[in-house]
Amino acid sequence: MNFEYLMWLFTRLSGIALILLAIAAMAWAFIMGARTQADLPAILRWMFFPNPNHVLSSDIPEIDQVWANLFWTTMQILMIVFAGTHAWNGLRMILEDYVSSPKGQTGMRVIIFLLWLVSLAVSITLILTSY
Amino acid sequence: MDGFKYQGGGPMLAFIFHRLTALGILFFVGMHIVVSFTSQQTGAEWAEWLNTVYKSPWFQVFIAFCVLFHAINGLRIALLDFFPGFQKFQREAIWVEWAIVLPMFLLAAFLIIQVSLTGS
Repeated sequence: MNFEYLMWLFTRLSGIALILLAIAAMAWAFIMGARTQADLPAILRWMFFPNPNHVLSSDIPEIDQVWANLFWTTMQILMIVFAGTHAWNGLRMILEDYVSSPKGQTGMRVIIFLLWLVSLAVSITLILTSY
Repeated sequence: MDGFKYQGGGPMLAFIFHRLTALGILFFVGMHIVVSFTSQQTGAEWAEWLNTVYKSPWFQVFIAFCVLFHAINGLRIALLDFFPGFQKFQREAIWVEWAIVLPMFLLAAFLIIQVSLTGS
């Protein structure tokens, strides 16, 4: 039960979760009328981040009010937290194969941890202030 | 080229592609966030210019491949890791994976290029 095992498990579970979240968001987009009221780029933007700052071009009426509830806020935060953590941890794993000195590894890990923290804080702030 | 050497073959090729597509997605999403934020806040010229880079159909085809391959290959890795009994079918799983990725990617690439040529 060490850190590397937890991240190994998290990478796989969050990867599956991201696929399911994207499929769920796409299904909801069609249920809400995207087949006739949104084009392909808008549906793709909806799949990967359903937020009024991201899906600008759909014709679905009052979409930001539709999204202003706990369900869609949770969907967005889950997507950002899973994708962000999956991505920064993946970058750490790639860089660990190329940065060999212990000092370089520590510095690289500190920088990636800070980037992870800042990017998640900014994203969650954006989500919570977009309604 | 035998999957770009080391242990060679389909698994090695999938491993390399998984890393490269990961960097592609990270590059695109990172750039997308920085550019959107900058052009929204300042309207800077370089941000507008970068916007045209990732709106170009070639970049979209590249990103479509990155996302599709990374998602389907990642699903294979996760499923075979959680059900290790199927590890001995790894090479077959990689063939199935390409049989899913390639049609999806070619359809997406066709649609992107069609839209960019005809504008609809």
